[in-house]
Amino acid sequence: MEVGLTHFLIVSAILFSLGLFAVITRRNAILVLMGVELILNSANINFIAFAKYGGMKLDGQAAAVFVIILAAAEAAVALAIVLNIYQRFKTVNVDEISAMKE
Amino acid sequence: MNEQTLINLSLAILLLPIASFVIQIFFGKKVSFLSDKFGTAILFICLAMSLAVMFGKLGIEEPIITSFQWVDFGNVPVLGHLTIDLGFTIDNLSAIMLVVVTLVSSLVHLFSIGYMHGDVRYSRYFAYLSIFTFSMLMIVLTGNFFLMYVGWELVGLSSYLLIGHWYEKKSASNAAMKAFIVNRIGDIGMFTGIMILYYTFHTFGFKEIFEAIGSGNIPMGSEKWLTAAGILVFCGAIGKSAQFPLHVWLPDAMEGPTPVSALIHAATMVAAGVYLVARTFPMMTADALTVIAYIGTITAFISATIAVAQNDIKKVLAYSTVSQLGYMVVGLGVGAYTAGFFHLVTHAMFKAGLFLGSGSVIHAMHHATHHMHDHHTDPQDMRNMGGLKNKMPITFKVFLIYTAAISGIPLFSGFLSKDMILAGTLAFGNTTGHWIIPITMFFIAGLTAFYMCRMLFLTFFGNHADAHRYEHIHESPKVMTIPLLIFATLSFWIFFSFNPLDGASGWLAKAVERPESVVPATSAAIGPHEFEEEMHHEHYVAMGLSLLVAAIGILIAYLTYYKKSISADAVAAKLPGMHKFLYNKWYFDELYGSVVVGGTLAFTRVLRWIDTYIVDGMVNGTATWTKAMVFGYSKNWKEKPVNAKIFLLGGLFVAGVVTAFSFRWLMGVEAGFIHLVWSGLGALCAGLLTFFMFYGGAGGFDKFVVDGLVNGVAYASGFFGILFRKTQTGKVQTYIMLALLGMMIIFFMMK
Repeated sequence: MEVGLTHFLIVSAILFSLGLFAVITRRNAILVLMGVELILNSANINFIAFAKYGGMKLDGQAAAVFVIILAAAEAAVALAIVLNIYQRFKTVNVDEISAMKE
Repeated sequence: MNEQTLINLSLAILLLPIASFVIQIFFGKKVSFLSDKFGTAILFICLAMSLAVMFGKLGIEEPIITSFQWVDFGNVPVLGHLTIDLGFTIDNLSAIMLVVVTLVSSLVHLFSIGYMHGDVRYSRYFAYLSIFTFSMLMIVLTGNFFLMYVGWELVGLSSYLLIGHWYEKKSASNAAMKAFIVNRIGDIGMFTGIMILYYTFHTFGFKEIFEAIGSGNIPMGSEKWLTAAGILVFCGAIGKSAQFPLHVWLPDAMEGPTPVSALIHAATMVAAGVYLVARTFPMMTADALTVIAYIGTITAFISATIAVAQNDIKKVLAYSTVSQLGYMVVGLGVGAYTAGFFHLVTHAMFKAGLFLGSGSVIHAMHHATHHMHDHHTDPQDMRNMGGLKNKMPITFKVFLIYTAAISGIPLFSGFLSKDMILAGTLAFGNTTGHWIIPITMFFIAGLTAFYMCRMLFLTFFGNHADAHRYEHIHESPKVMTIPLLIFATLSFWIFFSFNPLDGASGWLAKAVERPESVVPATSAAIGPHEFEEEMHHEHYVAMGLSLLVAAIGILIAYLTYYKKSISADAVAAKLPGMHKFLYNKWYFDELYGSVVVGGTLAFTRVLRWIDTYIVDGMVNGTATWTKAMVFGYSKNWKEKPVNAKIFLLGGLFVAGVVTAFSFRWLMGVEAGFIHLVWSGLGALCAGLLTFFMFYGGAGGFDKFVVDGLVNGVAYASGFFGILFRKTQTGKVQTYIMLALLGMMIIFFMMK
């Protein structure tokens, strides 16, 4: 069976759904962040899939690299926030963190 | 003396007592001089000025009338231009009356210094005497009904205050109230009479009213109205002068201090009624005068008979006063104007003297019983007295003179005036045929002599009831005996007429001539000249008869109470009903108590019934009906479920049937199925509406429909609120979930 664009998109959709599922259902802030990573990576797969099968040159790869950089930066900032939250509230459960300050 | 001086003097006489009242009431208690001597001095000054006014006025022929406009009401609807004038009338009548009032008042002041010595409200007593004098002088001096009425009420007030002077005593405060209320009944009549006159003539002035009547202008154009006005004005006199049927207050008024009885309830205030009749004499029609004469006769008769059976010395004097006032009223009523007023003057002297004399006796008795620590013996009961002749020589002698005067013995003043009145009644009987009046009056003359001598014998002769007490009885101090002596002197004939047998030739009778009547000739009494002619004819007949009856009266009293050859007790025992009837004052108090008071109470009970069941019933009924309309039978529903249910279902059924049929009718015979459905729906609606009306009332519509809509909206929003609250968790993840859901819905819809 020839592997085509559709397969990539299905993998990406599954990955996006899993990410979204994680973001919606997890209570742990770190797991939510991991969900976000999954969503971002599902987007990367789409970029690359469209770049390969859409007739574009390296535009898709460039966008994917940008996304990876942004994801790294986002993860750094987000984890720093999570660490701070943990120091302050002694928890990373997003349901319990309902105030901007104590 | 010119007119202006007289007016100024009169004004001073009027205003000095009120000034004295103000000073006494405010400072009397603190400054002892102001409490008694000041007021007395003021009154003596007034007396001197009054004498000056009298002699000045007697020298002037015409009456002095002065007035000023007090208020101007402008143009009043219906009545027209209305003003009230105030002012004085100084004629011979008022000038003489002025002297009488100030004389009696000043001497009573003097007497009171002794009699009221050490009283609890000593200074207030003198203040009240002053305000009384002021009000009485106002009545005397006024030239119009307005001030007359003001003074009239003021003397009523001061009389009330003075009768109730010892208000700690229940009987005194009751007597004061009785006097005030009974007087008020008469005053209502007087007020109505004055209003009839004011409505017709638009003025209160005596002179203006008389002139208007004289020119043929009479109330409502009817002589009957004029008679009514006259009788109504006389009602005031019935109250103040204690005439039948309002005489009941005067004997009770003896609860006041004795000098007050002398001043107010013997000499001046009660004479105000007679003075009022004299003032308004020209407007009295023959019918009104006849009524007045009969009222006077009935009064004189009733009170003279009661006086015979009384044992309290002051009660005897009180009934004798009522009787003598009846004499004066009869005198005026029969047309013997001069005689009536003459009797007022002479009576003022000897009756004030009698009261002060009895006051002197009571004073002595009171001190004697007090000295013996005897608090049971009534110091006013004549049965406890006797033999005072030797212990109180001055009082006895003056009492003898007064008794002679009131009994109508020649050489004394009472004889002159009473004789004139009796001659007048005879003349009246001759000219009009009312013979009952002279016959009664002669009988009363004898009765008067009898009961006065009975009092004299019981008090001063015989043996004293208690020998020990007799020891302690002393003559009163000079301050009390001097007024007695002055009054006794004034009870002699010489001050009124030089001829001891003919009062009509005296200065007083000449000065006070009967005024010409102003009423229309058809309803006027017989003219003064014809009447005087007639009186002159009867003069010697009257004199002879009056001497005879007085002699008989005195003789019976002498035999009964001095010689004791007739036993009073035996006579009383033979006529038990009669004695009881007289002793209980003809049961007037009981009669009024049951008829007037009881009747009023019964009437109020009827009114209360009407109020409770009819007026309140209507109000409450309206309320219940409205409530039923508004709130419906929902309350009854709970209380009487069966009845209400039947009612409700019946109403529902009727409403439904009626609506169904009316829909059928409206839509015609060829109605299809859909029309039947519509009419069915209409019937259902009507039925439901009826249900609401009956179950919930008009308020039911409000409750179920209007409130239902409002509440329904509220419930709906509440329901959706609860529903949607579930989604509003405040959690980002939920919102993302919802966004996803929305996305998916939109996605499928776009597809």
